[in-house]
Amino acid sequence: MSGNQRTVDPWRGFRDGPWRETVDVADFVRRNHEPYTGDATFLTGPTARTLAVWDRLRAMFPEERRRGVYDVDAATPSTITSHAPGYVDRERELIVGLQTDAPLRRAIMPAGGLRMVETALRAYGREPDPRVHEIFTRYRRTHNDAVFDAYPESVLAARRSHVITGLPDAYGRGRIIGDYRRVALYGVDRLVEERRALKAALDDRRSTDDVIRDREELAEQIRALGELTEMAASYGFDISRPAATGQQAIQWLYFAYLAATKEQNGAAMSLGRTAGFVDVYLRRDIAEGRLDETGAQELVDDFVIKLRIIRFLRTPEYDQLFSGDPTWVTESLGGMGADGRPLVTRTTFRYLQTLYNLGPAPEPNLTVLWSPRLPDGFKRFCAQVSLDTSAIQYENDELIRPAYDDDAAIACCVSAMRVGRDMQFFGARANLAKALLYAVNGGRDELTGAQVAPPTPPVGGETLDYDEVLAAYDRTLDWLAQTYVDALNVIHHQHDRYAYERLEMALHDHPVRRFMATGVAGLSVAVDSLSAIRYGRVKVLRDDSGLAVDYAVEGEFPTYGNDDDRADEIAVWLVETFAAKLRRQRTYRDAELTMSVLTITSNVVYGTHTGNTPDGRRAGEPFAPGANPMNGRDTHGLVASALSVAKLPYDAARDGISLTGTVTPDGLGHTRAERIANLAGVLDGYTDAGGFHLNVNVLDRATLLDAMAHPERYPQLTVRVSGYAVNFVRLTPEQQRDVVSRTFHGSL
Amino acid sequence: MTGRPPVAPVAAPPVLHGAVHSWDTSVGVDGPGTRFVVFLAGCPLRCRYCHSPDTWYGRSGRRRTVDEMVTLATRYRRFVEVAGGGVTVSGGEPLLQPAFTGELLRRWHDLGLHTALDTSGFLGDRADEALLDATDLVLLDVKAGSPATYRRVTGTGRLAPTLRFARRLADRGTPMWIRYVLVPGLTDAPDEVARVADVAAGLATVERVEVLPFHRLGAHKYAQLGLAFPLADTAPPDPELLARVRGQFAERGLTVT
Repeated sequence: MSGNQRTVDPWRGFRDGPWRETVDVADFVRRNHEPYTGDATFLTGPTARTLAVWDRLRAMFPEERRRGVYDVDAATPSTITSHAPGYVDRERELIVGLQTDAPLRRAIMPAGGLRMVETALRAYGREPDPRVHEIFTRYRRTHNDAVFDAYPESVLAARRSHVITGLPDAYGRGRIIGDYRRVALYGVDRLVEERRALKAALDDRRSTDDVIRDREELAEQIRALGELTEMAASYGFDISRPAATGQQAIQWLYFAYLAATKEQNGAAMSLGRTAGFVDVYLRRDIAEGRLDETGAQELVDDFVIKLRIIRFLRTPEYDQLFSGDPTWVTESLGGMGADGRPLVTRTTFRYLQTLYNLGPAPEPNLTVLWSPRLPDGFKRFCAQVSLDTSAIQYENDELIRPAYDDDAAIACCVSAMRVGRDMQFFGARANLAKALLYAVNGGRDELTGAQVAPPTPPVGGETLDYDEVLAAYDRTLDWLAQTYVDALNVIHHQHDRYAYERLEMALHDHPVRRFMATGVAGLSVAVDSLSAIRYGRVKVLRDDSGLAVDYAVEGEFPTYGNDDDRADEIAVWLVETFAAKLRRQRTYRDAELTMSVLTITSNVVYGTHTGNTPDGRRAGEPFAPGANPMNGRDTHGLVASALSVAKLPYDAARDGISLTGTVTPDGLGHTRAERIANLAGVLDGYTDAGGFHLNVNVLDRATLLDAMAHPERYPQLTVRVSGYAVNFVRLTPEQQRDVVSRTFHGSL
Repeated sequence: MTGRPPVAPVAAPPVLHGAVHSWDTSVGVDGPGTRFVVFLAGCPLRCRYCHSPDTWYGRSGRRRTVDEMVTLATRYRRFVEVAGGGVTVSGGEPLLQPAFTGELLRRWHDLGLHTALDTSGFLGDRADEALLDATDLVLLDVKAGSPATYRRVTGTGRLAPTLRFARRLADRGTPMWIRYVLVPGLTDAPDEVARVADVAAGLATVERVEVLPFHRLGAHKYAQLGLAFPLADTAPPDPELLARVRGQFAERGLTVT
């Protein structure tokens, strides 16, 4: 890492292509990556050095968990260059750089919203800094203030009643992935040069709103790139030039990512698709005798250690919505190339190996882009890692590649984008179950009685009529789509003005393709409710004011999640109908509207704010997460349930459709080898059937014991024994102990 | 699709009905891989450890045609083929309805699906050659090694028919997985296990032995049915016991899971 590598050609040995002339990392990766089709036997364990660094941090985690935050710098609004260099273990670290001057010390980012910062500080026992308060109230407006100045009353009402919720109007929107690889491949100077040329090209254009904004944004991007160089220099690195070794490549791209996390407290700060890129450098180092496998793994381990300690200061309410302090440092692994070769390299394996070398962890959010055509050795290793750690998720590469090409990455959980070419305006989600209740109640809220949607005649009668409900729902969804996109347009207009992602956008093409990424919650509740109205008899129970507050269901009705077309067709109809209504709305900067069926863990909070529903769900009961069938209503096994979800059309929900599946090791077979093969088979089958996403939980003993102690955290834990399924938390303690002993007797 | 009447009445095959308790999809527990599983209603045995007393009586099933169950299976055909697996008929005791079971297996088999029959073998004599020709794998639940224990476990059954069936399967070359439910105090005696292991070792087509630890997950079903669960106070086997019993099978060169 010293100066003598300045004389080395950083691109030596790389295969030429258009990437040399124009900034095009995808082209570079396609030309230079080498598929690895073997198994995992080449991997190495952690070195003493790696463990020493990691142990230093691990010793701090219990304190962080106890206090909520380990430390905060409350006085220094974070910028790329705001903090002096920080280290975990300066002597041992191979990859350096922290968000502040000390590990786990969180920064404040008031430009997104001062209220969020101050609420969080107080919640963790810290006094907000008066000078910061003065600056961000008197001299500098925040995104949060600006949004609330411009929200119309209809949005405020919908927000208050939680029919639209989780909006990024108080903090950073996130879900933007800078192409951090560009810094490694080209060096910052080349990128600045490119931005200058792009800006100069706008000089001939007339100075309209759009052009003025583009010029200002490009100027800001150039400034941010300068700050990035400055930040790296403070750690002793000159990243104005391209990286010349594997260590530099990782360091350069990490600096770029780090700078983004110093500038933005984004809801999800995803990394992109870096493993295949890094592999080109590590392979060259190994060929040049500069590095061996242990050394390569050490670099990856050290990088991942850094990604595991990305932290943001957020409020306890936020954590209630998204439990576990998530940052969604999502890295997309694997997938197939457009040329038919797998994009699996040894470094893809090395990233997964960190889950063994450092132990399981939710971050970075390792996401495998799955295709039945992936090499068998890789499939088996993924399945094995899932069995051992439950820490990876899967997305369907056969759906993503045709839509977003083979250099796509996932932002957050399920949102695919072309790296450096697409960005999205994150839009949280609308509550489809609550909207159905609004339809029945003529736009009044079922919990407060307040008129939230415009008044329409309530659905009358003692028993709900399907056609009448459907007509009313259709009107409600029109209103919801309009109000929702209205809110998002305000949010993103103001975010661009007051909390623009200068560095992340500097690492995108110009012009960039923009998505307006909406989302829905409560799909399965709405679908089952409609199914109950259609196939059963649903009587309405009203309060004195005529408000429908409860429903009595008679007769059997098909439920979503059993591969029963009668219910599943309602789900498809609802997804397609609402997506079409959303697409009819005018979007800020003409962003392409997309939709996700995803809640992450917010399904619990959505349920809290939704009254009794016609499917028999009680008020306050959690929704199922994402596109999952309602807890316990999928009675024909994982496959039937997955096939129901797989019917939801990706074309209508291009921002992703999320399914979370929980299996016990016994539910995958008797032996470890069998379980690995069977899980890989299920992933093949699900992908082949058109399923988009699968979060696989293979539960270990500790998880089940935890579920016994904290049943509220595991509402949908299903235990399967031969041909037989039980909802774990509904068992008596004695039966639970029985399951615990049974489940683990059969395993290794 | 036009209204043209058939020229001559075609002798339609009789529509076969069966009593079907339920269907499910499972992974790795009802034969190899991911499988579509049909559980038939009705069983002549009353095993003390039974976890599905709700399948004892034929009347607790719903009348379904073979066509219905074949159509259902075809929904999963692609999935189970891609995932590596097949279809299984289980119960209850499928051989209590041999015509229905045979036709189901034959139709599935004709579709090219891997078929498995999950049975106690007590009614093995009722399985005709056509049924077995359509069966790729038999999951044979050998409940005991001695007639006395078999009677104690099942209440109503005899061991001999199962052994006869097992030998017939071996003679005709039908692959089988032997299953043995391990219940402390009931089926765990070393010589009991040794007898079953001897039998299994003597059958050329046994591909593996599955030792299934007893569990009490069906207890609430007994309560719902107003029945007493005979093994309510029996604990699942501990790991040492399980290892010992698996060892007894493994010692004879059998593949044990």
